[in-house]
Amino acid sequence: MMSIDTALKLGILAPLITAILVPVLSVRANWRDAAGPIGAVITFIAALHVAGHVRDGGTAIWTLIEISPGLSLTFKVTPLGAMFGLVASGLWILAALYTTGYMRGNHEKHQTRFAACYAIAVHAAMAIAWSGNLLVLFIFYEILTFSTYPLVTHKESREAIKAGRIYMSILVGTSLMLLLPAIIWVWITAGTLDFTDGGILAGTLDPSYAPWLMVLFAYGVGKAALMPIHRWLPNAMVAPTPVSALLHAVAVVKAGVFTVLMVIVYIFGLDFLAATGASTWLVWVAAFTILASSIIAMTKDDIKARLAYSTISQLSYIVLGAALATAAAIEGAALHIVMHASAKITLFFCAGAIYVNAHLNKVSQIDGLGPRMPLVFIAYFLGALSIIGVPPLGGSWSKFLLMAGAVDAGLPIIVAVLAVSSLLNVYYLLEPVFRAFFRPTNTEIKVDRHLLTILPPVITAGISIALFFAVDLLTPLTSMMVMP
Amino acid sequence: MIVVILMMVGLYMVMSRFNLVKKLIGLTIFQTSLFLLYISLGRIDEGTAPIIDASKDYAYSNPLPHVLILTAIVVGVATTALGLALVLRINDAFGTIEEDEVLLEKRRDYSQHKGGEG
Amino acid sequence: MSIITYNLPALVVALPLLMAAVIALIPSRRVAWVLTLMTVISVTFAAYGNALMTIGASVSYELGGWPPPWGIEFITDGASRVMAIIIASLSLVSTLYAKPLIEKEIHLDDIPRTYAAWLLTIGGMMGLVMTADAFNLFVFLEISSLSAVTLVAMGAGVDRRALMAAFNYLIIGAIGATFYVIGVGFCYAVTGTLNMADLATRLPEATSAPVVVGLAFMATGMMVKAAAFPVHMWLPAAYSYAPSAVSSLLSAVATKAAIYVLARILFTVFGGLEDVTGLIMTWVLIPLSILAMFAGTILAIFEHDLKKMLAQSSIAQIGYITLALGIGTTATVTAGFIHMVNHAMIKGGLFMAVGALAVTLGRRANLASITGLGRAMPITTSALLVCGFSLIGLPLTAGFISKIYLISALLDEGQGVITALVLLSSALSVVYLWKMIEVMWMRPAPEGTKIQENPWMYGPVWVLAVANIIFGVYATPVVALARDAAMALMGGGA
Repeated sequence: MMSIDTALKLGILAPLITAILVPVLSVRANWRDAAGPIGAVITFIAALHVAGHVRDGGTAIWTLIEISPGLSLTFKVTPLGAMFGLVASGLWILAALYTTGYMRGNHEKHQTRFAACYAIAVHAAMAIAWSGNLLVLFIFYEILTFSTYPLVTHKESREAIKAGRIYMSILVGTSLMLLLPAIIWVWITAGTLDFTDGGILAGTLDPSYAPWLMVLFAYGVGKAALMPIHRWLPNAMVAPTPVSALLHAVAVVKAGVFTVLMVIVYIFGLDFLAATGASTWLVWVAAFTILASSIIAMTKDDIKARLAYSTISQLSYIVLGAALATAAAIEGAALHIVMHASAKITLFFCAGAIYVNAHLNKVSQIDGLGPRMPLVFIAYFLGALSIIGVPPLGGSWSKFLLMAGAVDAGLPIIVAVLAVSSLLNVYYLLEPVFRAFFRPTNTEIKVDRHLLTILPPVITAGISIALFFAVDLLTPLTSMMVMP
Repeated sequence: MIVVILMMVGLYMVMSRFNLVKKLIGLTIFQTSLFLLYISLGRIDEGTAPIIDASKDYAYSNPLPHVLILTAIVVGVATTALGLALVLRINDAFGTIEEDEVLLEKRRDYSQHKGGEG
Repeated sequence: MSIITYNLPALVVALPLLMAAVIALIPSRRVAWVLTLMTVISVTFAAYGNALMTIGASVSYELGGWPPPWGIEFITDGASRVMAIIIASLSLVSTLYAKPLIEKEIHLDDIPRTYAAWLLTIGGMMGLVMTADAFNLFVFLEISSLSAVTLVAMGAGVDRRALMAAFNYLIIGAIGATFYVIGVGFCYAVTGTLNMADLATRLPEATSAPVVVGLAFMATGMMVKAAAFPVHMWLPAAYSYAPSAVSSLLSAVATKAAIYVLARILFTVFGGLEDVTGLIMTWVLIPLSILAMFAGTILAIFEHDLKKMLAQSSIAQIGYITLALGIGTTATVTAGFIHMVNHAMIKGGLFMAVGALAVTLGRRANLASITGLGRAMPITTSALLVCGFSLIGLPLTAGFISKIYLISALLDEGQGVITALVLLSSALSVVYLWKMIEVMWMRPAPEGTKIQENPWMYGPVWVLAVANIIFGVYATPVVALARDAAMALMGGGA
């Protein structure tokens, strides 16, 4: 059994080493493509070990270097971080397999650069998950942005470059102009940036400034895709589907909401927030984002664009839970990171599988495709149900907790918002399924079967079901967040 | 007073003339005003040249500004020399020493550069 | 103390000046380069040695054994220590880098003399930061400026526009220097001394009108030399038409030396007159710095020529530094010095990388001619990328350290609006950098085979790129040096 220190270092470094090995191994395509899954498995084992250790009340700290007095590169695993680390590394295994199938099936160019940047992005996500202070979080937040840029613009078409520009300008712009000053503001008021149970701002920050600091954080984290800074996410969908699946449904966007959660729980502290009401405005912005993006999603014909708006909406669930700042809502938000990740990656895997195997990417084109790709569409159906929040799928737990949290906060109208949003989900997520199974088939469409693109969504759909029954493995972690 | 007049004349000349040699002349006038400023600082009423003669009780001018100005004059000469050398090279390269004509030529260079890159 | 260690402060200045005279007479360009390199190496050793010997103290050196305030005094304190280290280190890297570029861009017969001017520039700047005598400072100022003008004019071998750039640099620079001396004259008239420390003690007692006029003249003169907005017009042309090696040397250190002098004047010489300097800083320096930040950045965005783009960006970066000085607390001045160190590495690296691109291409580097070079010249361009990231202040690079110190110092002062402006301008700087990145990596490479990269060119660029990373991850020494510098300047006046 490896020690906790080794596990911590391994979890952070294994993806990085993978990224370095990929170009070295690129002389043989098979070796190169094996590096991803193997690195992913190692990372996942490390993440499991770390998560178990933290759940049993242990600590895991690794201080790399002190940059200048008072600022250090420190990794320290929080319960929330342990969970996010599990999600990112676990889904990476499947995504790595899927990537190989997708890239080969589509005969994409620059596969080596793609695989290397992919691993760096996961490395950044792991480092964000286990960051010990805001500085480390910020550093890897930026690395994540920059490492995903080549992935977004992978096609190097005019459209991809334009999307890349929007992607960078929003993510880099907000982080440099809002997030960085917010972090520095925390630094000079509290004198530290460490994530601490109960927050560090209580007693040091003038409560009347707290809402403004919250504005800087909420909009500084562009990756959380709150409206009106959500536009980068639909634009990022020009990327190949594996990128959309792991990064723009799991790693990147979850890094955003994860940051918001960390800031609320470990920087502001729930008691301080409750006392100042600094996040009340955020509740309404999140509620608006949930509804508005659901409505936009209904109008989209492109499957990936529809899923992107759905993601924006679901991210705001998590922000909403964080902003409610009650124990149940925070737990719900944390669980939703896991639940939504497994469900949404399923949907993206399916969208990619439809694209690779049948070369279709519009909802209106897939009529009658269901019987010819049954596994893919059943997986899609399960993922959609999980997002809608139907038992026995994982998403029902988080939605339930979020609603309970809204009631605790004395905001029953938020329960209504969540309910309406679920109805909208039913419409726009299930429409493709009905079209695929209950409309006549267009027999001219040729359907291939690349196994590596079909298996992963089936597995992740299975995980969504398993999470419903195995939620008790995670709840100790979430309850540690709210009751340290 | 003369210092200020010279200073303004010099500055005006540097700014308003297109002829590069005239600009340099203006600069020299400007610097000369500086020399005069320093020399006037060193003057003491009724003072005489600062050559110490222990037998008599004279008031001496302050010699330090003179020394400083010797240095400044050397710097000024170097500046003027370098400026004139540059003017010569400009004349070789552009065939003129009028600034506006040089600018025209420069613009031609620029458009050639752009044209060359298509 | 041995005779050598005692004389180190004089050595760092005198050695390059003396060797310049020798090198000008050497006919062989190889020997000239080797001698130049040896000189610069010795100067670097001397500067570091001097810094190590005097760490944490302020040591005075009497030139020729004449005690101050009559004789000329060299001073090694926190501020001049950090400046001497910057100048020495960057000169060393630039000299290493200069050989292949100077041989390509400058006429063969001129090369030894170019190296002579090169050393004069370095020696002049060293003198500028070491001296504690207001008039002596003028002499060093002119030594470095005149030789820098000569260097810029050497660019005529490639592009005749360099001559006009050099001429304007000369005229504007001479006016700036003369302004400075006029200011010194006024101060001398009321105090009768030229020693800075002596001036600092006597100025507050003197009649105020000439002192204020003197301060205004001195500050204006130094702002011209530092290319502070709006008296920066000479800089973009001079830096962009100069030979590539010269651009990298000048951009890395030349304006920094002038900014340092400006800080010395404001905080040490006139440190006792805080009401007057305060007015100048609040109503002149800060607004102009903010204008510079935006003017430089916006002009850089619309610039196609890479060297001009970088030069415009320098205007903006100088704006950050003068802004930090203008706020005038120990924390902001520390941030200003941190950025001086970091910006020297950043801009030196960027100019070197662009110069390497231009020389390899055989034409000026602009957005059209560098299309696709990211793949054709991966080693040089990736170093350019690292320095570029540092310029916009991404984490793990030196630029990030500058940024957090500047912003935290500003926020600590409650300067919310200025902080927002700084952030906005630095976010805008991403735009021009991004234009560069897009054409280099996102467009297909030009037809033809892979371009051979010269290790003599990309080696030094990488040295600076790696330095940017090292000092982004381990910034403690830079921060400590900068804090010493700020203390030395601010403490001197009090």
